[in-house]
Amino acid sequence: MEINYKSGFQVPEPSSRPGDTPNFSYLSLPSPLDSVRPDTSCKASEMRDLAYGLVRVLDDSGMAVGPWNPNVDAEFLVRGLRAMEKTRLFDERMMRAQRQGKTSIYVQCRGEEAVSCAHQMALEKGDMCFPTYRQQGLLIAQDFPIVDMMCQIFSNAKDKLGGRSLPFFYSERDYGFFSISGNLGTQFIQSVGWAMASAIKGDDRIASGWIGDGASAESDFHAAMVFASVYQPPAVLNVVNNQWAISSFHGISGGAEANFACRGHGFNIASLRVDGNDFLAVYAASSWAIERARKNLGPTLIEWVTYRAAAHSSSDDPSKYRPDNSFDLWPLGDPILRLKNHMIQLGIWSEEKHQALIDELTLEIKEAGKQAESFGTLGKGSKPSVSEMFNHVYKDMPAHLRRQRQKLGV
Amino acid sequence: MATMNMLQAIRDALDLKMADDDNVVIFGEDVGYFGGVFRATDGLQKKYGKNRVFDAPISELGIIGAAVGMGAYGLRPVPEIQFADYILPAYDQIASEAARLRYRSSGEFFAPITIRTPCGGGIYGGQTHSQSPEALFTHVAGLKVVMPSNPYDAKGLLISSIEDDDPVIFFEPKRIYNGPFDGHHDRPVVPWSKHPASEVPEGLYRVPIGKAAVALEGSELTILAYGTMVHVAIAAAQESGINAEVIDLRTLLPLDEETIVASVKKTGRCIVLHEATQTSGFGAELATIVQEHCFYHLEAPILRVAGYDTPYPHAQEWDYFPGPARVIDAMREILETA
Repeated sequence: MEINYKSGFQVPEPSSRPGDTPNFSYLSLPSPLDSVRPDTSCKASEMRDLAYGLVRVLDDSGMAVGPWNPNVDAEFLVRGLRAMEKTRLFDERMMRAQRQGKTSIYVQCRGEEAVSCAHQMALEKGDMCFPTYRQQGLLIAQDFPIVDMMCQIFSNAKDKLGGRSLPFFYSERDYGFFSISGNLGTQFIQSVGWAMASAIKGDDRIASGWIGDGASAESDFHAAMVFASVYQPPAVLNVVNNQWAISSFHGISGGAEANFACRGHGFNIASLRVDGNDFLAVYAASSWAIERARKNLGPTLIEWVTYRAAAHSSSDDPSKYRPDNSFDLWPLGDPILRLKNHMIQLGIWSEEKHQALIDELTLEIKEAGKQAESFGTLGKGSKPSVSEMFNHVYKDMPAHLRRQRQKLGV
Repeated sequence: MATMNMLQAIRDALDLKMADDDNVVIFGEDVGYFGGVFRATDGLQKKYGKNRVFDAPISELGIIGAAVGMGAYGLRPVPEIQFADYILPAYDQIASEAARLRYRSSGEFFAPITIRTPCGGGIYGGQTHSQSPEALFTHVAGLKVVMPSNPYDAKGLLISSIEDDDPVIFFEPKRIYNGPFDGHHDRPVVPWSKHPASEVPEGLYRVPIGKAAVALEGSELTILAYGTMVHVAIAAAQESGINAEVIDLRTLLPLDEETIVASVKKTGRCIVLHEATQTSGFGAELATIVQEHCFYHLEAPILRVAGYDTPYPHAQEWDYFPGPARVIDAMREILETA
């Protein structure tokens, strides 16, 4: 029989499109009891299964179980819940502000709050995150002044960055938050460079690099993995797999044929795949990787499996490319609800307490919003001076820039 | 004083800054144990250890991306890109990241990086070991772009670059590493020891970034050049007997407009000369600046002598390279204009 070997071109398709019932059968959900927690000194080659499983702590009934249970106290849980809820309410208010024309663009992290908030709670002062624009929880979980975030979002006269940067592209060195770039993926290799510097200096501070499932297709991701493998610097490399890169599902960046965590294996980098909507699992896995890095035991790649519940940005309309109710049926659920239910199960929380928390945070954010708006919003009220445009291009302004500024008369 | 060629001067600058500042680190392809394909880092790993001088994977993006992170930490990285032709994979990390980090963070983070990279032709390097991509970087706000033409300037400018808190692209014209090449490929190589600029002070000294030099004084016309082309221009002047003034720009960004304008106002005629391809080359910027500031002093239209708008050819290297004959033709043409 003659076989005709015709080439076949593949373009991956997500499991559901608008009008379909969301289908997440591609995601298998092991029990938290199924997972193994190796010692942080474990060789990468001896923990490969962890890239194919899913580290979880909260079981279906909302109890914290299994080897990864970090056994944190009630005060810690309240802090975590508060950080996540505050992040969500902050996002909601800023999204409304964008719709009211107070800023040009906004990006929410709805559905992914556990990833940044719990990770931050595992870091120490002096560590440096290299975030994407969807990790505002890293700041909010540190009680960073939200008025300052808003002033930047509104590009008003109190914008610390002088109006030069996009809204929400924060830079907060003292809070371990590296300046956000909009060129996707660039910060991933930079985080490895920072960690290399820490190792060169014999420092015990660690770097935490962030990238999305979509941007993991960039060469920066691969450069980061090569350098992390070669120099073994104290870095935690986080891939936030929220399933979507604007309209492209994770399969377009190579996440359907193989998951993101197992990419670490080719570099012999310890790799974890974690339920990113399980606050306790995020905290436990982050702590594991951070301890490993701080003890100079090598870098870790972590795939956080989560879901981008909102649009990519205020300019995006996900109803054009995915079912509207996707997040409602997302098997890993809502990270805030899951932690809240866990705390109710423990008897340390209640619906009443939660409503009181929401009321308190809503008021705090509203007051902060009013204060920030009193300094102006994009194009209205006070704004950064025009001359700010020419500042910080160089440390000292060269003659040609000074002449251009003078010609503009500012 | 010591007599040094360009490579020795560069290595001396690196050595001195490594000794002077613990935050200076050197890395790149083959720069560690081996000391670099051109030997610019020879002996430095042995002297300063693998923590501060080390080999990097063949990932220019990775080299510069890592350097940005190291700079943010507080180090002062001096990465080498083995050939300027290979710098393009790192372009995003240079143009979008290193160049803009200070701007987008209000100076909270910055990139005190000096990227050393050999450029230019004249070594039969073909398309991939001969290019002069300086204009790709002079177009980027936030970068500084330097190209020395002799050992004295190379050492002094490299020290200034490493000490600078902004990212510097430090182009090293590889054809003049060992001697002041004037474009006459068929003549014996002249060593640097016969050139006064090979007299290099021992110890640290600085040649300021942003200052041009008058390489040859003259009155009939001005040639604006940098790197290898400074020597080509001087040879063209001497061989033709034309009393040309040659300005060695030394730094392309920020540019020393005062020295350029003063010279062209004096001579009234201007040729811009570079090895890189002509269209949208740095010569276009130079011609514009001369036109803006010297229009009423010009006796003739500005002429450009540059590489042809083709990729750098291999077998036709000496037909492509803008040598003294093409410069002399241009000088005669510009002087014929009344």
